[in-house]
Amino acid sequence: MVAELTAPRLDVDGLLADPAIRIVVCCGAGGVGKTTTAAALGLRAAEVHGRRTVVLTIDPARRLAQSMGLTELDNTPRQVKGIDVDSSGGELYAMMLDMKRTFDEVVEQHTTPGRAAEIFGNPFYQAMSSTFAGTQEYMAMEKLGQLRAGDQWDLIVVDTPPSRSALDFLDAPARLSRFLDGRMLRLLLAPARGGRSVFSLVTASFGLFSKAVQKILGAQLLTDLSGFVAALDSMFGGFRQRADQTYRILQDPQTAFLLVAAPERDAIREAAYFAERLVEERMPLAGLVLNRMHQTEPAGLDAAESEAAADRLTADGDQQITADVLRIHAGLLRQSERETTVAAEFTRAFPSVPATAIAAQPADVHDVDGLRTIGTLIA
Amino acid sequence: MGDEHRNWPERLHVVTGKGGTGKSTVAAALALGLAAGGRRTLLVEVEGRQGIAQLFGLQPLPYSERRVAATTGGGEVRALAVDPEEALLEYLDMFYKLGAAGRALRKVGAIDFATTIAPGLRDVLLTGKVKEATTRSKDGGRVYDAVVLDAPPTGRVGRFLNVTEETARLVKVGPIKTQSEGVASLLRSPMTAVHVVTLLEEMPVQETLDAIAELTALKIPVGRVVVNGARPPLLAGGKVTKAEIKRGLTAAGLTAAPATVNQLAAEAQAHLTRRELEESLRLELAELGRPMVELPLLPDGVDRAALDDLAALLMRA
Repeated sequence: MVAELTAPRLDVDGLLADPAIRIVVCCGAGGVGKTTTAAALGLRAAEVHGRRTVVLTIDPARRLAQSMGLTELDNTPRQVKGIDVDSSGGELYAMMLDMKRTFDEVVEQHTTPGRAAEIFGNPFYQAMSSTFAGTQEYMAMEKLGQLRAGDQWDLIVVDTPPSRSALDFLDAPARLSRFLDGRMLRLLLAPARGGRSVFSLVTASFGLFSKAVQKILGAQLLTDLSGFVAALDSMFGGFRQRADQTYRILQDPQTAFLLVAAPERDAIREAAYFAERLVEERMPLAGLVLNRMHQTEPAGLDAAESEAAADRLTADGDQQITADVLRIHAGLLRQSERETTVAAEFTRAFPSVPATAIAAQPADVHDVDGLRTIGTLIA
Repeated sequence: MGDEHRNWPERLHVVTGKGGTGKSTVAAALALGLAAGGRRTLLVEVEGRQGIAQLFGLQPLPYSERRVAATTGGGEVRALAVDPEEALLEYLDMFYKLGAAGRALRKVGAIDFATTIAPGLRDVLLTGKVKEATTRSKDGGRVYDAVVLDAPPTGRVGRFLNVTEETARLVKVGPIKTQSEGVASLLRSPMTAVHVVTLLEEMPVQETLDAIAELTALKIPVGRVVVNGARPPLLAGGKVTKAEIKRGLTAAGLTAAPATVNQLAAEAQAHLTRRELEESLRLELAELGRPMVELPLLPDGVDRAALDDLAALLMRA
């Protein structure tokens, strides 16, 4: 069994079966198994709870993606074949986010074809749609909004982008909004709108400003930029409205946030930051999933006894294999103890947040059977 | 003296790796190792995580270079958390003497704008700062014997380091172009090495292979593959039976209860499964033909003593 957690138990099956829950967001630091967890939850929702489920992954490992039948970036949900939904009647679809294509679609939706072509041709758009810090997060939110608006899914499971910080996912839309509303943008737009500066009060600093910008960036870049900005201007309202809408959906009780963490100090610290933010933003935090917990039980031999016995055997020079076996046992016991201590730090800070633990698997998961095993362990 | 660094001749060491592999720990240990024997190194982070402060048990670092550790022979490690906004203002001040205009830029949100929207610009500023520190001299000598950059993770490192490509799309002339070209030529020179940290797990190894392929294509010199968290080679023979465990327990003067034997056998089996996978991953990495170095798992967390141990291991490798 997995070491005892001090937190209340997270009822994952209850969550996945609840028809009122329409969105599950898996978030956490990089490298903690978010994507695997999201995929396993989706599979279980379809196979066990009969829900029509879509898993939105951002940047899955190749073999994990292949296990769900995904071979390329593709903005269309694809049905996952070879799963066992005969008795439940559920369905599982999966998709990988194509950031650029999602951005293009947003542009097309909010402007005329002529304007769209102009935007697509602008070097700023080309760079921004593929590399803008936060575009991936913003587009993940956008895609989530689209999937939800289509209302053809019982449950949407989202894997958040591998951000430098888990918080970027929440902040990106607001940042984009702020940027689009920014004074800077309006200053740049002022000439494009026929020379009437919105900022008549700062016209003095505008002269200084445009001179500085010209000096640093060069005139050609400024032309490209104001072209881009002017073109984007027509879509401002749409952008902001969508971002706000998705944000509200995330605050709604139809959404459940699951923090995913490995029982390591950094990952737990990140999970605690994120939990704080979710509480602040009044977003529904459903619980903590502790991945890769090491399972063991003393079975009559504690760590100290095992280590002492191993040392005795090593000193005797005989029975080296058993000495190693004892060291493995002691190592597992100590690791399990450490992991429980680290996990308890989270629960001390958020005593009411339920948690569940998934035992570490000897080998990595990259097929449906492996995902099913994780799903069974999690529930 | 100086001899212990002969295996790491480059001046700029860029450390990357998948999230969770311990790249920040490795970067810190490398900075310590390279500072031994009276040298001075700079450890730089660019992602606003304040990971260096946490590792050395310090308050969050401001945007200035300050000593975080003393080493043997009067050596020291300084650290810098580069903030893109501050770097931009500093850059403007240095090259344009903007003064009031610089402040005006900040007032209208231009700094926020420039460091958020203009893709690549942010990275040019960050890498530009790294280049400046790497090449800075004073009184006819280099200020830093080596600079260690705790870089973005493998998934983003290629784009981060490939600054010219990114900015060239936007900026055809002018000082930013000059700046990015300077950074690009340093990053492609023998003065630089990018080290990739990995664990013996499938995804980090896959990302390591991908990152090395990407960096190679970009002609950015790849240094070591650092295998972190390596476990001691227990059960090297690869086989274990319950009868054997039973005999061993008895020999050690313990009771060989069936429950104990079964539990130990199951744990040993899981260990062997894991080890087999690790072996095949190690082989995959070895096939890259890059120099490899293994660092042990630190079960009790990382403190200064542990960092010093890792530093010594790195310098010997």
